[in-house]
Amino acid sequence: MKACAWILAVFSLACSAQPANDFTPIHRGLTSPRCLNCHTGTAFPRQGDERRRHDFLVVRGADNRGAAAMRCSACHTAANSGNLPGAPHWSLAPPSMSWEGLSEGQLCRRLVDPQRNGRRSVEMLLQHMASDPLVGWGWAPGGQRQPVEMPKEEFLRALQAWSAAGARCPGTID
Amino acid sequence: MMIKLKVNGTPRSVDVPPDVPLLWVLREELQLTGTKFGCGVAACGACTVHLDGDAVRSCVYPVSAAAGRSVTTIEGLSRDGTHALQRAWIAQQVPQCGYCQSGMLMSAAALLKAHPRPTDQQIDEAMTNVCRCGTYPRVKAAIKQAAGVA
Repeated sequence: MKACAWILAVFSLACSAQPANDFTPIHRGLTSPRCLNCHTGTAFPRQGDERRRHDFLVVRGADNRGAAAMRCSACHTAANSGNLPGAPHWSLAPPSMSWEGLSEGQLCRRLVDPQRNGRRSVEMLLQHMASDPLVGWGWAPGGQRQPVEMPKEEFLRALQAWSAAGARCPGTID
Repeated sequence: MMIKLKVNGTPRSVDVPPDVPLLWVLREELQLTGTKFGCGVAACGACTVHLDGDAVRSCVYPVSAAAGRSVTTIEGLSRDGTHALQRAWIAQQVPQCGYCQSGMLMSAAALLKAHPRPTDQQIDEAMTNVCRCGTYPRVKAAIKQAAGVA
């Protein structure tokens, strides 16, 4: 029994020893439907855990906030309301920030590219992920929507560790 | 909860739960019944009104989110029904049963505010309202007439 416990403890330690520069948990968090539905490259938002095209023929619009007379804010307010999701500045991410269909390395490089990420440094990205209310909505989406699978604190710890280890991207050759 | 709104230019106060949809307040509390209930899930647009000039679907819009803001309903689109869109609507004989048309007009007014001379694509993207009579071609023609585009 003691031997079994010892083996389990060693096995558990080995499994939890995640390298500090590991982007995998960050990739897993960012590819949640809660993030990808609006971090999409399409001319329309997606919705639901199955990521279907947004109902009612909603389109992206020139400023990523919908078309005239059919703005995101026509329905989405600053908070969840009934089954309707809501958070401050509800909108799509610009197409340059589309994360759909990207490998870990591709998504990582896109994330840290100031030309594509809204001219954010890694430090600013950390701040954005930690404090932006629309990002935070991913962990409290309301209705029947699945939140981002990994707890927010765990996600932020992984992000901090990856940043502290140099914010290197998988497959990047130094 | 007491909520203050400006509706068609007039300050109004209503004592309702904060999560009551704006549509209920307009129709039941303020007796402005020109705005219609269609689907109740923001799909059809019959309930469209303007909030600070932007179109919103009032059947899902909690009144608390409209507090302190300016609401315009079909009753306030013009004083006497002579808005350019209303005149074009009559000229093109757009309404059939008419139920969806107040929402159609409010969406069209928001469209023309953003795009005074809209393209076909801008009309299609903005006008997602549903009409069971199938007046879509007439809606488009009336919008173009009001905007003065071919």
